[in-house]
Parts: sequence; C-alpha cells; structure tokens
Amino acid sequence: MSPPDAASVSATGLSGEAAARTWQRPRLIANAWIRRAAWGGGALYLIVAVATLGVDFERMAAGVPRAAEFVSGFFWPDFTTRGGDIIEGFIESVTMTLLSTVIGVALSIPLAIGAARNFASGPVYLVCRSIIAVSRTFPEVMIAIFFVVMFGFGPFAGLITLIVGTVGFLGKLLAEEIEGCSTEQIEAIRATGASLPKILVFGLFPQVFPRLVGLGLYRLDINFRESAIIGVVGAGGIGATLSTTLNRYEFSSAAAVLVLIIVIVLLTENVSGFIRQRLI
Amino acid sequence: MPVREENATKVWQRRTPRGRLALWAGWALALAVLVACARQISEGTLWVFVADAHRQAADLLARMVPPDPGYMGVLWRPLWDTVNIATLGTLLAVAAAVPLAFLAAKNTTPHPAVRQTALLMIVSSRSINTLIWAILFVILFGPGVVAGIAAITLRSIGFIAKLLYEAVEEIAVDPVEAIRATGGSPGQVLTYGIFPQVFPSFVGVSVFRWDINIRESTIVGLVGAGGIGLQLDASVNALRWSQVSTILVIVFLMVVFSEWISARVRKAVL
Amino acid sequence: MSGNDKVLQIRALRKSYPGGVEVLHGLDIDLRAGEFLTVIGPSGAGKSTLLRCINGLVPASAGSCRLRGAEILGLRGAEMRAARRRIGMIFQAHALVDRLTVMENVLSGRLGYTGFWSSWARRFPPGDVAGAFRLLERVGLEGYEDRRADRLSGGQRQRVGIARALLQSPELLLVDEPTASLDPKTARQIMRLLRELAAENNLAVIANLHDVGLARMFSDRIIGLNAGTIVFEGAPGELTDSELSTIYGEEDWSTEEVADVSA
Repeated sequence: MSPPDAASVSATGLSGEAAARTWQRPRLIANAWIRRAAWGGGALYLIVAVATLGVDFERMAAGVPRAAEFVSGFFWPDFTTRGGDIIEGFIESVTMTLLSTVIGVALSIPLAIGAARNFASGPVYLVCRSIIAVSRTFPEVMIAIFFVVMFGFGPFAGLITLIVGTVGFLGKLLAEEIEGCSTEQIEAIRATGASLPKILVFGLFPQVFPRLVGLGLYRLDINFRESAIIGVVGAGGIGATLSTTLNRYEFSSAAAVLVLIIVIVLLTENVSGFIRQRLI
Repeated sequence: MPVREENATKVWQRRTPRGRLALWAGWALALAVLVACARQISEGTLWVFVADAHRQAADLLARMVPPDPGYMGVLWRPLWDTVNIATLGTLLAVAAAVPLAFLAAKNTTPHPAVRQTALLMIVSSRSINTLIWAILFVILFGPGVVAGIAAITLRSIGFIAKLLYEAVEEIAVDPVEAIRATGGSPGQVLTYGIFPQVFPSFVGVSVFRWDINIRESTIVGLVGAGGIGLQLDASVNALRWSQVSTILVIVFLMVVFSEWISARVRKAVL
Repeated sequence: MSGNDKVLQIRALRKSYPGGVEVLHGLDIDLRAGEFLTVIGPSGAGKSTLLRCINGLVPASAGSCRLRGAEILGLRGAEMRAARRRIGMIFQAHALVDRLTVMENVLSGRLGYTGFWSSWARRFPPGDVAGAFRLLERVGLEGYEDRRADRLSGGQRQRVGIARALLQSPELLLVDEPTASLDPKTARQIMRLLRELAAENNLAVIANLHDVGLARMFSDRIIGLNAGTIVFEGAPGELTDSELSTIYGEEDWSTEEVADVSA
C-alpha cells in the first residue's frame, strides 16, 4: 500500500484551482520593511552592546582558580569559624524582617484606602499614590544608602528601608484589591447608617482580609531576602556578614551563609505558601 | 458554640470561650515576639544618630536640591551599560530558562530525577539576590559589566523558569493529545501543542523580568559590577549630593520608562 | 464483503488502570471500510478509553487490535506514530491549538508525514497545503485560513478539527463525542458533514455519542457499552426501549422517543 497523499483526499465538486494556492503563516509584523528594520535594529543593538562590554579577558582568566576555590568552598561550607557573626547576622535579619513586615502592613492599610479610587479622591488620593510610586521605583538598596546616612550604620536603617519597601508594595496591591471590591456589600453596610470606620470594618475588611494576609506573608519572604542584601551598604543583617566574608575571600564561610539563606528562604516560602493556601 | 443559652435567651458571640482564649494567647505571643525584635534592633542602634536624623535629612535635602545637570555628560556611558546589563542578562537568562522550565514541568520532564535537579537549580538561582550574585562575580571576573550581566542572568534564570514551568503545567491537555493523535513526533508535540499555549506567558514573564532587571542593574554597580551604580557609589562616597540627585532622577525616569514599555508589550501579546 | 474490506478488528481488548480497576472487559469489534459505527452508553462506560486504546493515546492492557490486518497494540515510538497517522481522531472539545491559525491547525494533521524542521518553519509540501485548502472549502470554512482558532465559534472549531483529521488521509476515523459542546442544530450539521465525508472517502468510522437520537439517525450500526462490556450490538432500528434500558439503566424513554420523531 502506497502512503496516502493529502492531495488524494476526495472533496467532491471542487474546482482544481485550489491546488495552485500556496500558504504562508501570517507574520507578526505584516509590513516587510518594518519587519526587516526590526530584525536589523535588534541585531545591530546586540552587536554594539556586546562590542562595548569591555571584557577584560586576563582578569577573567585570573578568576578561574578563584572560581574553583569558591565552588570547592561550597561543598564544604564552614559554619563554625565565623559562627558568632553568622548567628548575630541572622538574628538581626530575622528581627528586621518580622518587625518591618508588621509595621509595614499596619501603615499600608490606611495608605491603600487613601490610594483606592472608590474611597478617596482629590489631594488625598494623589498624595497616597505618589508615596506609593516613589517607594516602589527605587531599589531597596538605594533607599538604604540614604537611611544609613540619616540614621547611621546598623539595623535601624535597614528596618526603615524595609518598612518603606513594604508600604510601597502592599499599598499598591492592596489599593487595587480595594478598588476591585464588590460595592454592593459596602452599600449594604452604608445603608444601615454606619459611619466610615464601621463601613470599613464590616463592609471592606472582610472582603480584602484574605488577600491582605496573603500579600503580607508574601512580603515577609521578600523582606527576608532583601534583609540579606541591604547589609551590603551598611544597613545591618546577614548581608553585612556575607559581604565581609566575601571581601576577605573566606569562601567556605560565605558558602555557609548562602546555604543558610537558601534554606531559610525555602522554609519561609513553603510555610507562607501553606498558610496562604489554607486561608484562601 | 458561638450561640449559648443564658437566662433562657440566646447569646451570640463571635467565638467560643476557648477560641477567644487561644486568640488572646496568640496576640500576646505575637506582641512578645515583636517587643523582643524591637529590643534586639534597639540594641544594635546608636540612638544619638537617630535623634539627629531630622537634621541630617534636612542637610541632605539642601545639598541634593537642585540636581547638577552638568553631571549628565558623564552619565551617558554608565546609562548605556546599565541598559545593556539588563537586556543582555535577560536574553541569556531566557535562553537558559526555557529548556530548564520544560525539564522542570511535570508534564514535559523526561524523568522525575531530572525534574528534581532542575527544580533545585531554579530554587538556588531564585533564593540568591542579584546583588549577592554580583558580589560573587566581581570577585571571580573582576569589576565590570560582565560581572553585572552574569549576576542578572543567574538571578533571572530561576525567576523566569519558575513562572514558565508553572505555565507549562497549566496548559490544556486536549490539543496536546490531538497533536499526538496525528502521529506527530515528541518535538512536534512540543512545538505545535505546547509552545503556542505558553507563548503569551513566555513573553509576559520575559518582559516583566526585563523591567525588574532594569531596576536591579542600577544597583549592581554598588559592588563594582558596572552600570550607573558605580557612579552612584562614587558620588555618595565623595559626598557630592547634587550628583547623587541627578542620578536618582535618571534612575526614576528609566524605571518609569521600562515599566511603560513592559506594560505595553504584555498588553500586545495577550 | 472481501477480507480486505475489514479495516479494524478488535479482539478481547482489555484496559485496566494502575490500581487494578478494569474499565474495558474484553471487547470484540469489527469494522468495514465505509461503515459508520456508533458507540453509545452512560458516562464512564469506557467509550473514550476504547477510542484512546485504539490509537495508543492510552496503552491497552491486553488483547489485539488489527488495522488492515496489522497488529497496532503495543507499538512504540516511530512505529506507533506511523500507525497513528493512518487513524484520524476528532475530539469532544475539538482540541484545537487556540493560538495557532486555522491553517496551522489543519496542517498539523500532516505532522506525521513532515520532518521536524519543515514543520517548525511551517513549510509543508504544496500537495498538503492544497489539500488543506480543499478541505477547508469542503467543511465550509473557505477564507478562514488565517483566523486564529480561538476566534471561531464552537461549530466552526469542530469543522477545523474535522479538517485536521481528514487531512491525515486516514483509513479509520475515531470520533469522540463530537457534538457534546454544540447546540442541537450545529450538532446535526456536524454529524451530517461527518457522515458525508466518511462516505466520500470510504472511511471506517467509530463515533462515541451521548445523543441517542443522533446515533439512530446517522449510524449504520450501534454498539451499546455499559461498564466496559458490550451489551447491545445491532442496526439503529433494533435499538428498542428495552435495549436502551439495558444500556443506560431503567428509565421511561417515551418522551425522548417523541422528541426524536418530531425533530
């Protein structure tokens, strides 16, 4: 039996002209010139970007033995030599994380209400939105630099940094959640003659509460991760320990810190994921 | 039970007595933990400096305003580097993350052991912040743009691969089965049945990460990994606050711009 | 009928899922070219599993299944795929790839005959493309080739699914609940189209149907499946109320009978 050919499929009563038609997949950009320009532009950018990298091959070659050293350090992480620093750094990170999340959540609630279009308007809305925008735009580390200058080295600057980050993050997402709330439930409470605080407690909070807890827990994860790096610019926490060990080429100790960070991140992620699942 | 009989009338309370007790105990415990945290931080803080903060802040502000526009001329090159770090880093990460995601997804992985390995790689990549990767690569490769690109790449691989493999696991199985039923090879099942389904999330995730990476690439310079962060570090150390504020304005504009682009692209593919 | 006319011969087909639950208890089915066989039965009777065992989407546990005399159960890899491309399948929820165009969906019927890189570049032989155009015209979707599949209505999508299966030039067509997600009128149109195309190409068809009325109207032969066993086999006219009760369980069938006649 010869392999069947698609053209042999009988389709009665059809003209033969269809057989001459060809087909090409429709292009994302229909205009051929614009398409070629887009490809050319992309290729040109890549070439120029790579050409201007300024790779120092000698320096990179010098890094190879160090890379080997680091990798071997990773297989035998050294928890003891700098044990004291590591423990202190972790306690600092954990306290910063917990406190900043709680304070941040508390502050973000009024801010989110102020930044929700269905509750606030005019200057209140604008002020709340700009606070959120500014605190979200700049990376935490950059914010930390300024707080270190203002408050001096140490965990307090880190705490304030994380609070600012939390407020921006939660403020935005919570405001969106509030704007998406069912207005009927709020109207129903308002219809009973309740004042604004009562409307919030009975009409709004029950609707946004699960989301608030979920986002808060999610932010707890993020804050721990961030607390591990803002120490690099002097804002306390495990990041300070890590950058010290790395700068002194104590790779085994650095590996110990990294392993601990990964373990704790995994732990908090799973716990917060579990709680969020139970709650929602 | 929340409803009790008391003097022959029903009394409604939100919680049972035991529930109330547990709730109070929970609050008390949480409060105790927070107080302990606060004390811990307080011990590590020099309150003299904190008390002085308002004066420091006012001083800082006075020095930062107005920004120094003349400094802009020096910033073009670091700006170009910053964009390159983010873009090239994202491209490399995407190239590595796509195969990793298919190895990690339950429905496309060749073997459970491969899946576990891929998941471990994803988790390690995700748990370590860009800045930490940057410190590592500056030690290994020396300061410069390459260390920054490597840092962005390694952090983004896990991020992109995680979101992508979750998307792969959520695809509709019917079309995949249909392509199998036509006699398509495994490669064709992948390209005809699965790729088209995950394409939107693939583009969305990549552009989203690029947007985050623009932000991240502004700070990798703080540890020597190239880009505008180098300039920021230098200006902060030299206490040239009007230069610092110029950089902040640039960063702000760049972040807003990248956010706008990423939002537009994501809208276009969905 | 000569022996060569026998397209499909299933003997003692069994399927049990891991855990030991057997869903097909040894089925025997024969199918001639040009014959339209309908399988009816309650949900969970094993209708879908039966079809999927034939083309190997679900591996059968025991038995034999011969396609034009050649055993196709237990084939693996390239041999399995070579057998699959001779068997077209039409799915319940049409199973189109939403983000591909209509033409790409139809051409995916030729994947079994096309190399990986050609299919990646969407370069199909001119004969395949011409065949696809003709089939699109035949199922009433002329001019829709560059539409994305998710922009079509339910009936149109099922027509694309039919075109895809027919572009395989199959010898056997497996049809799994083709009308389940369609309104009654579209369902009839789709069934009529299937019937016509099967006749035009002298195809052997096995179709699972929920709708007894449609089964009576469009099939040459009906098989009733209950809990993995064939409990009825015969011409549409032999399907009486008592037979229906054997297949589906006790029920007063009179109203449906009336509705069927009026429709």
